[in-house]
Amino acid sequence: MAAAAKGWVGPSVLPGFGMTLGLAGIFLTAIVLIPMAALVMHGASLPPSEFVRIATEPRALASYRLTFGASLLAALINAVFGFIVAWCLVRYEFPGKRLVDAIIDLPFALPTAVSGIALATVFAPQGWIGRWLAPLGIEVAYTWVGVVVALTLIGLPFVVRSVQPALEEVDVTFEEAAESLGASRLYVFRRVILPTVMPSLATGFTLALARAVGEYGSVIFIAGNLPLRTEITPLLIVIKLEQFDYVGAAVLGLVMLFTSFVMLLTINAINGWRIRRVAGRR
Amino acid sequence: MQRGTTTARSVNRVMRVILIGLSVAFLSLILVVPVASVLGYAFSRGLDVYLATLRAEDTLAAIRLTLVTAAIVVPLNTIFGVAAAWAIAKFDFRGKQALITLIDLPFSVSPVIAGLMFVLLFGSQGWFGPALRDNGVQIVFALPGIVLGTLFVTFPYVARELIPIMQLQGREAEEAAVGLGAGGWTVFFRVTLPSIRWGLLYGVILCNARAMGEFGAVAVLSGHIRGLTTTMPLQAQVLYDEYDLVGAFAVASLLMLLALFTLLLKSVVEAFGARRRRT
Repeated sequence: MAAAAKGWVGPSVLPGFGMTLGLAGIFLTAIVLIPMAALVMHGASLPPSEFVRIATEPRALASYRLTFGASLLAALINAVFGFIVAWCLVRYEFPGKRLVDAIIDLPFALPTAVSGIALATVFAPQGWIGRWLAPLGIEVAYTWVGVVVALTLIGLPFVVRSVQPALEEVDVTFEEAAESLGASRLYVFRRVILPTVMPSLATGFTLALARAVGEYGSVIFIAGNLPLRTEITPLLIVIKLEQFDYVGAAVLGLVMLFTSFVMLLTINAINGWRIRRVAGRR
Repeated sequence: MQRGTTTARSVNRVMRVILIGLSVAFLSLILVVPVASVLGYAFSRGLDVYLATLRAEDTLAAIRLTLVTAAIVVPLNTIFGVAAAWAIAKFDFRGKQALITLIDLPFSVSPVIAGLMFVLLFGSQGWFGPALRDNGVQIVFALPGIVLGTLFVTFPYVARELIPIMQLQGREAEEAAVGLGAGGWTVFFRVTLPSIRWGLLYGVILCNARAMGEFGAVAVLSGHIRGLTTTMPLQAQVLYDEYDLVGAFAVASLLMLLALFTLLLKSVVEAFGARRRRT
């Protein structure tokens, strides 16, 4: 009631507003806001030139290149194959379809350390898959290719689960109409299906990308972790912490945090675009 | 015309085979074979060795630590999630959207950075480090640090699951109950809870799976002290780094079982939820 008098909360007969909002606020402050403030303040306490020097030293730059390059490549692979998987699940009937649909969620539930040691062992030169690739001269484990493989695994469900509902909404009668008017299959795909699914595909791509950039557990086992070559940024942060270089770790942490926010804003912008498109069509 | 459609149909059939083949090949390479290999390697030297590895003292300690951590983190985040969802779904107030964004924040922060934040607060050179050392309180490289990191990483799960469900339900039922003279707790337990229980259960399951399997944040905060601060995922790493493949995969197989169990429960909850909505 006191809050209502202040005018920032709408009238309601329900009880518990003060208690629940207060509880949520205390949790949020203690678990999220204060720790974040600690990170920002540690970075802000540095003179800008020093911040830039640490953020752009060669080892850091090499780690950004690997982290963002591999994440981008993995998200692209997922955009292509995730779309194909979603397409098969929505459009086709085949034995084992429910099982395939169920295992898509596995990377969500599987602890990253498990996928990490499994991928590293399977793709090692003597591993279940690595032994077939080694004679072909393809090295996956302990190279940047391994990083891409790990990031593809953890990003897969984001794309499939974003695209699947959008594909279900595509009106098959539009496709049939276009085809009966003589449009080729490829033309229908490009002009009817893709435009409808595009915003969802973009969302899935960005979600997979954002997740991949911060990933640690599934990557470090397969990456090899050589400085300047196969060292991802989160690992560099861990190494700096182990050397008690808190400031260096905070600088890299802030660079990554900033990038995550940019990606989050992108997702929101895409969602806004999608809602406007849907609203415009009606 | 007749021939045209026949070719179109056979082209479609070829496409279908190619696309399903591509999907299965891709999923096998990246997902199925690696996951199957966990069991393959764990049992590669027989059931006896597998069981003996799991009965090793360090591994038992890791299992205990993981269970204790989850037993602290999951109830706390459940209380938070329910409280936040109640405030957000049942009331209109300024700054609601900002609050939702803040609750989602941990989803977009790398687990390593989550760990880093708590080190900057409580580590030996962190804000409260010296004060904690003087009072003999240890947070980093001990259970409290592991719990804090896990709390951060699993923070949004229950709230995220409940907010849309409770918003969809509206407020009429609760308002009617209050109008009939029911108190706050009665309204929650007799009116709200029965209609959100599947969503709540699902959020708790996800929160638990993530809490038990968390690696990045805990890796930064634990210090890897064997038998003391290694959770199950860290124990898998320690064993893997010592080239004890059977041991590492035995621990990993337990975590994988947890993941499969989580997915199974999820589909059960979804099936029940769908049936409820239909009736």
